Amino acid sequence: MASLTDWDILRNLLLAARWTIVLSLIAFAGGAVVGLLLTFMRMSRRTALIWFTRLYTELFQGTPLLMQLFLAFFGLSMLGIEVSAWTAAALALTLFSSAFLAEIWRGCIESIPRGQWEAGRCLGLGYFELMRHVILPQALRVAVPPTVGFSVQIVKGTALASIIGFVELTKAGTMLNNATFEPFKVFGLVALLYFLLCYPLSKASQNLEKKLHVTR
Amino acid sequence: MEYQLQFGELLPYVPQLAHGFWVTVWLTVVTTLAGCALGILGAAARSSRQAWLRRVSGAYVEVFRNTPFIVQLFFIFFGLPALGFKLSAVEAGLLALVVNLGAYSTEIIRAGIQATPTGQLEAARTLGLGKVQTFVRVVLPPALERIYPALSSQCIIVMLGSAVVSQISVEDLTFAANFIQSRNFRSFEVYLVTALMYLLLAIGMRQGFRLVGYYAFPKKRTR
Repeated sequence: MASLTDWDILRNLLLAARWTIVLSLIAFAGGAVVGLLLTFMRMSRRTALIWFTRLYTELFQGTPLLMQLFLAFFGLSMLGIEVSAWTAAALALTLFSSAFLAEIWRGCIESIPRGQWEAGRCLGLGYFELMRHVILPQALRVAVPPTVGFSVQIVKGTALASIIGFVELTKAGTMLNNATFEPFKVFGLVALLYFLLCYPLSKASQNLEKKLHVTR
Repeated sequence: MEYQLQFGELLPYVPQLAHGFWVTVWLTVVTTLAGCALGILGAAARSSRQAWLRRVSGAYVEVFRNTPFIVQLFFIFFGLPALGFKLSAVEAGLLALVVNLGAYSTEIIRAGIQATPTGQLEAARTLGLGKVQTFVRVVLPPALERIYPALSSQCIIVMLGSAVVSQISVEDLTFAANFIQSRNFRSFEVYLVTALMYLLLAIGMRQGFRLVGYYAFPKKRTR
């Protein structure tokens, strides 16, 4: 067996890290779209829609992400829908992050004082005008730090896709460990790469929070 | 082809599921207690006057909050034995869970400690309380009360995350589900039932924390 040099290990990990990033971006974008939809459903006055979003959040926040991945991967293929590890991971992570993002954003919209709604309505603004010009611009400022903070959870969540066989950073680490028998070095490097991805996001989230608080 | 859900296929495996459920429960209980204790120590270190203590605990928090739990688990289970620390799967899983929760609870409890009004510290000093006494009797109880909701949801998140320890062959609920799935190929039914068991556990934990909070923090009852 050809032995792998340190550079080989690092190079392969870096190549695999691309897929961690791509999967994170897909999950974040998908989660944002579905999450926005859920936020508006939750803010609506239809009881059925509100109950649906409650149940949705409860299900996705109350069960392990790993279970959601298994259900998407093994479950759907049993139902006759062929899914690759790619699709299953993207689907499960999208649904998972949408539940959390919707909950974060609902909190942000609800943090806008009621007086703002009433004032907008007094000025004769319709629902969408009110949202567009009064509520959302303010809610957005509050929403940015926790949203950036949650993106760290998404990046870390993609590591679980390795379990259903999607080759990203963690899976590459497992494979390289099996080839080199140097777990300390390999998983140390894997952890380091995740840290390099996540730490700037965590810091950005903290800084944004400070910055937006000062100007408020 | 129509797929028929057949939950009856799971009946012979009820003992496995029960055993897995039990393992997940005791892992969670031990992790919650030890993780929160570690968090209190970590938070004390983070708000200490010694710069090196603050730096060490700060690095601990950042490292564990910015890497995935599964990588921490693999590092502990596969990496530490390479350095000479032999750990069984259960020990490694438990250690990973405790240090993970420890990092998060350090940060949560620190936030509670930071919100202590300085007047209380001055009052404690005036009364002649020592550093340790001040921390244990004056700073910590209200700090824990303040952050109790955040701390309890973090414990639930760690319980859900514990599903990952099945990957190093700890026989928890997820391990049982994988085992059954590999036997009867009824993956959808198995994972659905297991996911519901986790959901029940999460709801049960939330109620449990509410009950503990009710007795531990009587001041909050009136609200």
